Amino acid sequence: MDFQLTDDQRALRTGMRELLDRHFPRARLRAVVDADAARRGGAPAGGAGAPERVGGLDRVGGLDRGLWRELGAAGLFALRVPESAGGVGLGLPEVVLACEEAGRALLPGPLVATELAAGLSGSLAVGAAQGETVVTALHEGGTPVEHLGSADVVLVLGPTAVEVIPAEEAALSAEPMRSVDPATPLHRMTPGPTRRGQAEGPGRSGLAARLWREAALLTAAQQLGSASRTVELAVDHAKRRTQFGRPIGAFQAVQHLCAQMLVRAESARSVVYAAAVTEDPGDIAAATLLADEAAVHNARDCLQVHGGMGFTWEADVHLHLKRAWVRAGQWQSTAAAEEELAAGLVSTVETCL
Amino acid sequence: MDLTYTEDEEDFRHRLRGWLAEVLPGLPDRPHPADWPGRRAYDCGWQRMLHDAGYAGLHWPEDAGGRGATPTQHLIFLEETERAGAPYVGAGFVGLLHAGPTIAAEGTPEQRARWLPPILRGDEVWCQGFSEPDAGSDLASLRTRAVRDGDAYVISGSKIWTSHAEIADWCELLVRTAPVNTGTPKHRGITWLAMPMDAPGVTVRPLRTLAGTAEFAEVFLDEVRVPVTHRVGEENDGWRVTMVTLSFERGTAFVGEVVACRRVLEALARTARANGRWDDAVLRRRLGRLAAECAALWRLTQWNVSEAQRTGGVPGVGGSVFKLRFSQVRQELYDAAAEVLGPDALDAGQEWVADRLSSLSYTIAAGTSQIQRNIVAERILGLPKGR
Repeated sequence: MDFQLTDDQRALRTGMRELLDRHFPRARLRAVVDADAARRGGAPAGGAGAPERVGGLDRVGGLDRGLWRELGAAGLFALRVPESAGGVGLGLPEVVLACEEAGRALLPGPLVATELAAGLSGSLAVGAAQGETVVTALHEGGTPVEHLGSADVVLVLGPTAVEVIPAEEAALSAEPMRSVDPATPLHRMTPGPTRRGQAEGPGRSGLAARLWREAALLTAAQQLGSASRTVELAVDHAKRRTQFGRPIGAFQAVQHLCAQMLVRAESARSVVYAAAVTEDPGDIAAATLLADEAAVHNARDCLQVHGGMGFTWEADVHLHLKRAWVRAGQWQSTAAAEEELAAGLVSTVETCL
Repeated sequence: MDLTYTEDEEDFRHRLRGWLAEVLPGLPDRPHPADWPGRRAYDCGWQRMLHDAGYAGLHWPEDAGGRGATPTQHLIFLEETERAGAPYVGAGFVGLLHAGPTIAAEGTPEQRARWLPPILRGDEVWCQGFSEPDAGSDLASLRTRAVRDGDAYVISGSKIWTSHAEIADWCELLVRTAPVNTGTPKHRGITWLAMPMDAPGVTVRPLRTLAGTAEFAEVFLDEVRVPVTHRVGEENDGWRVTMVTLSFERGTAFVGEVVACRRVLEALARTARANGRWDDAVLRRRLGRLAAECAALWRLTQWNVSEAQRTGGVPGVGGSVFKLRFSQVRQELYDAAAEVLGPDALDAGQEWVADRLSSLSYTIAAGTSQIQRNIVAERILGLPKGR
């Protein structure tokens, strides 16, 4: 047993962080966010933001396809694609580390769906690995679809079947929402011809089940990245911000908030990494629960530590919270994950613990 | 990141399982918790069996009579013994986990030869005299006084929260040998002594906990004479000597407890199915959430142990993080147990009710959760020293 990152995995993580710093610096994040704010500026609350247009064009509020291609060229979507097929030839743990970094950087875009599609054989999603084709995903449970307006194709995960359909087809039964996360446009799916074969709960099998588990895990990895980042943001702020003649980080009330944030992040990390190694459904359910909790609560506590600044649009804290909300329960609802783990308590299958 | 055990590790597990299956059925019945002589005999008997089978002092260095096992082997040992329902270390706790390792690291050859073998064989029991009524979290402010008189120290003061004091042969005692002067840090001036519990002037008074049992004692010291040769380390250097013991902590401190959490959780689920409460989705989900917490605690343990294995035993940052989460989960587990039990949760005769009461100490003992958060904030996150 050696449950620590290997040297190669550490190097990959460092490389990913540098890659994202280079291609997606904070200015680029703020450009997306502030464009959204400008677009909404005149509109009354609840009013229509400009509806997403289908067709994968570069547009305000949509995905920066230039960035997507840059990341594709750097190999972000092809980490698990075999080297013989032009990929990097790594495994699920490495993708988890990359997704963690993406979550940390608040990278917008349908990363999980694109990565899954890039790993599919044949001509289902040509160009996904290179970042040329933008792939989003549609699954059960009424979860809104990310970046549909910018996507070329949609990965549809049913209980047993996996399909890739043109985004235009999915758009026929989708209507834009005013997304809470300014960097993640969302569409609400309405009953229609493209909603096929979706069922909640068990009964998934084969490829669909595997993709679904991986999607949940990679989403948890992004939540973990965000949860770790908000610890850093809170600690940095607590060291710099002075009140009553001392840094607020010298007050135990603030210290203890920060300490609990670290506990949440590190608990989530242990089970997310373990799930990356075992790919066990129970481990993935646990990873989903703890990573969602860590991302959402850490963002909340980070906001609290930031005080009034945390309530502004200008600070990045709200972006972490809103993205964490978008991702929480995205692939497996909290209730479903808890029920799955409860069922594991009364099953006769021996667990690792 | 590798969660598979090596062939050697699996081999170790296999042999241990075989041995446990062979010897556990022959163990005598567990003594009643209030039967201290019986508990001592039982715990020491088990330690002797471990010793004779080559499992004593697994994690101790070989030159101290230990087995020099890797942190992973120690994890496997603790996991398998707990799974098999083997006796807990019990009366051997302080000797094997605190006093022994301290003597092994800081003692003279004579001291090591005198005290270590009886600990490993289960012949002698140690207790710990650290905390005082006015020195708990702030241990360095301890006031029990030791004054040099010829070849002995004369000690007066009192200690509290001392487990197994009634049946211990020795006490690892922290005493103040230099007064707290202005300008001198208060952790200077503390000395580590091995005190025989049968020395004149030692009085033990059992301390009844809220669980109704006497798991701890107060120890009163009235001019107790302890030979200078019983001092481990230099005079006034006892704080450092004590902290050395921490370097023996390799992430394995709570392995058995985490395994036990999972077992209790599964038993709760079975009981809930039998009494119909399993039909309540809120309860089911609560147990499911606790299963996720247990999984995380286990993975965190494996993570910390692997880190210790890589760094050669230097304690990582994971200890405080783990303890904070663990102690909270442990209490939540028994709160869930109360819900499963329903009206029986008010029956103090129920095992889970007794355990629920005991679990209340988890956020206090071995560093309160508040102190742990201070440690995390200052030493891991680098926040300024708090007020």
